[in-house]
Amino acid sequence: MADMTWNSGSTRPEVRAAQDAEARRRSRRRREKIFIWLGVASTLFALATLAALLIDLIVAGYPRLTWDFFTNFPSRRATQAGILSAWVGSLLVILTTATIGVFLGVSAGIYLEEYARRNWVTNIIEINISNLAGVPSIVYGLLALGLFVYALGTGRNIFTAGLTLALLILPIIVVATRESIRAVPGSLREAAYGIGCTKWQVTSDHVLPAALPGVLTGVIIGISRALGETAPLITIGALTFIAFLPSPPITSEFPYISFSWLFDGFTVLPIQAFNWISRPGSDFHANAAAAGIVLLVITLGLNSLAIYARYRLRKKLQW
Amino acid sequence: MASRIGERRRRITRWRERGIEAVLFMCAASSVLVTLGIVGVLLVESWAFFSHVPLSVFLTDTMWTPLFSEPRYGILPLLSGTLLSTFVGMCVAGPLGLAIAIYLSEFASPGFREVVKPILEMLSGVPTVVFGFFALLFVTPLLQATILPNLPGFNILSAGIVIGIMIIPYIASLSEDALRAVPNGLRDGSLALGATKFETAIKVLLPAAISGVAAAFVLGISRAVGETMVVAIAAGQQPNLTLNPMEPAATITAYIVQVALGDLPHGGIGYQSIFAAGLTLLLITLAFNIFAFWLRAKFREAY
Repeated sequence: MADMTWNSGSTRPEVRAAQDAEARRRSRRRREKIFIWLGVASTLFALATLAALLIDLIVAGYPRLTWDFFTNFPSRRATQAGILSAWVGSLLVILTTATIGVFLGVSAGIYLEEYARRNWVTNIIEINISNLAGVPSIVYGLLALGLFVYALGTGRNIFTAGLTLALLILPIIVVATRESIRAVPGSLREAAYGIGCTKWQVTSDHVLPAALPGVLTGVIIGISRALGETAPLITIGALTFIAFLPSPPITSEFPYISFSWLFDGFTVLPIQAFNWISRPGSDFHANAAAAGIVLLVITLGLNSLAIYARYRLRKKLQW
Repeated sequence: MASRIGERRRRITRWRERGIEAVLFMCAASSVLVTLGIVGVLLVESWAFFSHVPLSVFLTDTMWTPLFSEPRYGILPLLSGTLLSTFVGMCVAGPLGLAIAIYLSEFASPGFREVVKPILEMLSGVPTVVFGFFALLFVTPLLQATILPNLPGFNILSAGIVIGIMIIPYIASLSEDALRAVPNGLRDGSLALGATKFETAIKVLLPAAISGVAAAFVLGISRAVGETMVVAIAAGQQPNLTLNPMEPAATITAYIVQVALGDLPHGGIGYQSIFAAGLTLLLITLAFNIFAFWLRAKFREAY
């Protein structure tokens, strides 16, 4: 403003023009500065929200995070309720998901990258996978309810839940597998072919080990996503109040390993948390927050592991 | 003798190779089965639903009360809840995501970017049920205590805001990719002509990257439409035909959750109604996804 009054004092046109240009330049620069502040503010807003979320959760839930909380079943009384059945359920569901998801996803990725011919079948599979990535998770829940539970009769159990989540994270694993296989240089394959390897030997002994870190990153991100999923499991009919554990995987009789837990009812951490949030009263809200902390520690832990792995990968791998 | 053994081994190898390829192919093809399964289940159950409820009623009735003794089946209240929460979400995620994208790709120092991007990625790794908790027990009380004292405990506004925060990283990272894909020649040319960095970003880079940025927004919308837990927790589960985000309302996804929590008999019309709702949801998200794909393909500038 002070500049303006100083400007108006001059009468010579060329001086005025120069001053106008200077003023314009200044306002343009000011606009840029304002934007930079906006950009910083937006970024900080996102980070502050994450911080607020974490702090809010910890303040509400930390007092409940005792040893008993992990070893107790859910209960009518908030202070005695725990997440034993929930974390065991989450663990078993994720085990199933990882087994099915990694097998299907990595195989599909290998096929599309190393084996597939450029034809309409491959095109359909590729378009289909990118479309599946955009399907809302609750629709997978409807698939599981209508097809698995009722049409195929697999039941409302750990197996159905694991299978559903495996299908849900399939696109994530396929995309990660393909990207890391694509990054393996052709010379490696040619060298292996050159000494007489078959296609599968090239793939399994040379390409896959080289691509493994990238594949693992995708698998970790997929598993972390599956751990936090709630909606599709609600649709299947995961129970919200479970006071028993699935049958143990190790038995005292031959063959010592049992898979009957696959067909037991279950609950998982996010569903237990959802159940506690839905109840009125801040007692159970504290439980929900505590379960949320456990869930967050696991998923954020897995995510940072994946981010760190990717970061290391980018630094190390310069073919 | 030796050559015959070698011949046999070669044949075994050949069969093994073919077998492995077949297994790999079946794994890849199973993804197509998933799609067929989804479409099949939704169509079959919706077909049964629409044999009870005419499509015209489904699309025009203004009440959605399938579980009442006098059921009404109009999808409009669920649709209004879904679109409203999506709209609020995009009002948050659109400007913030774009500002973050431009800032990170054009202004931020590499060091700052290296720190911020992983943290933003963390934000997208937070389970949705935790976001729901945050919306119900942090954002709503915060709004009530500050600017909206009359806000009900369940409302679309908080749910929408939190959905927006959830998809900020998604929009920011997709838009940043689009901005960074613009070749440096354009950047340098604009700066050489005397434009500021900000002018370059807004008047040169953004138009050049518009297809990617638009696709990021459309994909963000598609995500917001399909988001379930935040609205199921924080928006209340009452279908409500309204355009006022300060009211409680249900979305398509929240309705499916609500019904699934109760124990509905298989084959009843209440059971079928969640598949009709799911089909509507799938069609909406599919339309947005195809639109995003089209945007990218149509306006992709070949540099």
